[in-house]
Amino acid sequence: MNKRSILSLGAAFLSVYAANSHAAYALNLKTPATEIASQIYDLHMMMIWVCLAIFVVVFGLMFYSILKHRKSAGHVASQFHENHWLEVVWTIIPVIILAGMAYPATKTILAMKDTAASDMSIKVTGSQWKWSYDYLDQDVKFVSTLATSDDQIHNKAEKGENYLLEVDNPMVVPVGKKIKVLLTAADVIHAFWVPEFGIKQDAIPGFVRETWFRVDKPGTYRGQCAELCGKAHGYMPIVVEAMEEDDYNAWIVAKKDAAAAADAGADQEWTKDDLVAAGKGVYEKNCAVCHQVNGAGMPPAFPAMTGSAIATGPLEGHLDIILNGKNIMPAWAAVLNDVDIAAVIAYERNALGNNTGDFIQPSAVKAAR
Amino acid sequence: MSTNTATHHDDHGHPTGIMRWVASTNHKDIGTLYLWFSFFMFLFAGALALGIRAELFQPGLQFLEPENFNRLTTLHGLIMIFGAIMPAFVGFANWMIPLMIGASDLAFPRLNNMSFWLMIPAALLLMTSIFVPGGAIAGGWTMYPPLSVQNPSMSVDMSILALHILGVSSIVGSINIITTILNMRAPGMTMMKMPLFVWTWLITAFLLIASMPVLAGALTMLLTDRHFGTSFFDAAGGGDPVLWQHVFWFFGHPEVYIMILPAFGLISTIIPTFARKPLFGYASMVYATAAIALLSFVVWAHHMFTTGMPVAGQLFFMYSTMLISIPTGVKVFNWVATMWRGSMTFETPMLFSIAVVFLFTIGGFSGLVCAILPVDIQVQDTYYVVAHFHYVLFSGAAMSIMGAVYYWLPKWTGFMYDETLGKWHFWLTTIAFNVTFFPMHFTGLAGMPRRVPDYALQFAEFNMISSFGAFALGISQLLFLYIVVKCIKGGTKADAKPWDGAEGLEWTVPSPAPFHTFEVPPTVK
Repeated sequence: MNKRSILSLGAAFLSVYAANSHAAYALNLKTPATEIASQIYDLHMMMIWVCLAIFVVVFGLMFYSILKHRKSAGHVASQFHENHWLEVVWTIIPVIILAGMAYPATKTILAMKDTAASDMSIKVTGSQWKWSYDYLDQDVKFVSTLATSDDQIHNKAEKGENYLLEVDNPMVVPVGKKIKVLLTAADVIHAFWVPEFGIKQDAIPGFVRETWFRVDKPGTYRGQCAELCGKAHGYMPIVVEAMEEDDYNAWIVAKKDAAAAADAGADQEWTKDDLVAAGKGVYEKNCAVCHQVNGAGMPPAFPAMTGSAIATGPLEGHLDIILNGKNIMPAWAAVLNDVDIAAVIAYERNALGNNTGDFIQPSAVKAAR
Repeated sequence: MSTNTATHHDDHGHPTGIMRWVASTNHKDIGTLYLWFSFFMFLFAGALALGIRAELFQPGLQFLEPENFNRLTTLHGLIMIFGAIMPAFVGFANWMIPLMIGASDLAFPRLNNMSFWLMIPAALLLMTSIFVPGGAIAGGWTMYPPLSVQNPSMSVDMSILALHILGVSSIVGSINIITTILNMRAPGMTMMKMPLFVWTWLITAFLLIASMPVLAGALTMLLTDRHFGTSFFDAAGGGDPVLWQHVFWFFGHPEVYIMILPAFGLISTIIPTFARKPLFGYASMVYATAAIALLSFVVWAHHMFTTGMPVAGQLFFMYSTMLISIPTGVKVFNWVATMWRGSMTFETPMLFSIAVVFLFTIGGFSGLVCAILPVDIQVQDTYYVVAHFHYVLFSGAAMSIMGAVYYWLPKWTGFMYDETLGKWHFWLTTIAFNVTFFPMHFTGLAGMPRRVPDYALQFAEFNMISSFGAFALGISQLLFLYIVVKCIKGGTKADAKPWDGAEGLEWTVPSPAPFHTFEVPPTVK
């Protein structure tokens, strides 16, 4: 039996679990969806078997010794305490084993780092606590946040199948294309991790890092932020939908249409009640994670919205801090559209215990950008 | 010299009562202080871990809001490393190095007193930071900026100050230990005749002196970024957040070996005693320890494989990291060869030592898996890594400390500990440890990130098992406390050398060891 078939036997054994990777008691890496991920899977299996073999030999000897060379079994201690030949051998053999491990690992590393000749590029920005996707070749941009409800998290509602691994706007990619991911962050370090693709790359504020993947099978692939990024670190999943190229093109068109419709909304006149009603959803999705659903905040880090000097003060100051941010407060100019921002301002000033009575039109937001 | 319980009637008038401890310059008293301090911190940080495991018992948020969860993981890590593991080894160094090399005390007894008492304000700063506005430090024990710069709570500054103080304590202690070992050995005790525990501590002390100032530098940069407008870690001002990671891990990786090399020394002392056979490959053990220490300075960026460094850097750090498994493997082979054809008995210290060899090796193998960069891409920052470093630090460092406490308790107290209870403690600890941490390999591989208060439903079963194990593991340590207190209070009188296979100068003085020993140095053949 050659090495390859031993490996595949082991892989087959474990694929019993892997085939059903969402089941309880999953023991191994997820079923790979890319060439890199399957190389990693094979490397890991090789490591497991080599380590297991060494483990069995070394601890087989140790437990044999524990069983046989014990005082209660009447064994008398011999007094040898060195053997140069043996010591040289057990230093050299690991060197050879390590070289055998390093060779395939090096090949995979070189492949992982090769972002050249990509078919398309997507800029992914991590921020507390959401992912923004910017399709550089298509002029399509959107923000993706956790879709699991707060009630599920606080055990007030039954948890769904994809609890914590579901988003409102998934990243969509065509199958069979080499996709370069350009990663950066807006505030602190995040990490973009999709286990089935075999990629995990830190998103570092102020720098752009690259990684790539090519997924062959259409499907939904789920990952999470993998670098501690503050309190909602556990709540910023990544969902990637891989589609046939035609479906992907249709999705691009739909995204562009939706953006155009939202733009048109910015030029309309809105009533206060409509804006406040629209603002509730925007607030709860984007702001409540820090300022809380009821507006109480979490002082001193996250100030209360109720009675806030900004939310009850001049409109210009309110608009400015939302557009441009300040300290921990992120800038929302790139994340929310004009209607969203006008709506959330109206909501914060006329709900959550505040009642200033004033608001601004989306067109004013557009002008202030 | 007296061997009765009034061990200090023959010395020349040291203070009594509380001042005996506050003003102590005696290596045994200070060693005792270190050991009690570390045990208290061990229980405290362990209680924090039980908070973590309670929250992770089920998916969803039950007890802790996410930020409080992050505070627990951060403080658990910081206090276990700097408050429990490191001071415990310093406690052993204090008590045992002078006894092992035939010295009357450490070279600088007053500095020794200062090293210990610096720990107290540092520990208080860390523990009371829980109560300041904004709550305790929450960005992980690695304190990565910009997150640690962004946190407005003064607890971050208190933690920085605490680590500065602990660094001073460690450096002063290390100078003391190096000076003692190099200058105060009994006549005839050449370097290559020193017990291996002394060797491992000598090398550890050099690691501390080389790495602690680097941490201090990183912490100072963090402090000035937080308060004085510098931009070391802020790209907007020309800095780089990844700079912190390089500097921190240049300290952090030697730090890992600071916590494991003395453990190797303890194991290398205990196994020959109960195998009734000299340590196999003494010289290669010394060389392997030195090799690990040197390599520990050129592997730091393996903690940073996902930061996106150039391919040459990735390859260098993968290869250098893999090399560490060679001297580490030599040590494991040597321990097994020491047992081979011995005449073994299995008292509690030996049980702990065998478990350390076995379980530490599991941690070593998972470390090798993590060294393989493409695999690390999948397991970095997952529960696989949490499993890995607990196999190294709990079943490597903490369990070797427990074994060594049983080993020298008769020498310290003059009484034998309760062997039956000791074995209970061993089996409860070992089983509960594995129930807690072994499933984390699986949850990590299957994709559960670390440092999250909540998780997808597929991880629920293993997390519940881990939480059961953790509570059993925590409660078992109260048994340890009971056994130690019981032993101090009395029991079967211990001989000067209670283990028939034991070698070394510490067994030539009575049990309990008198307040002053080796005032006239012994001669080593």
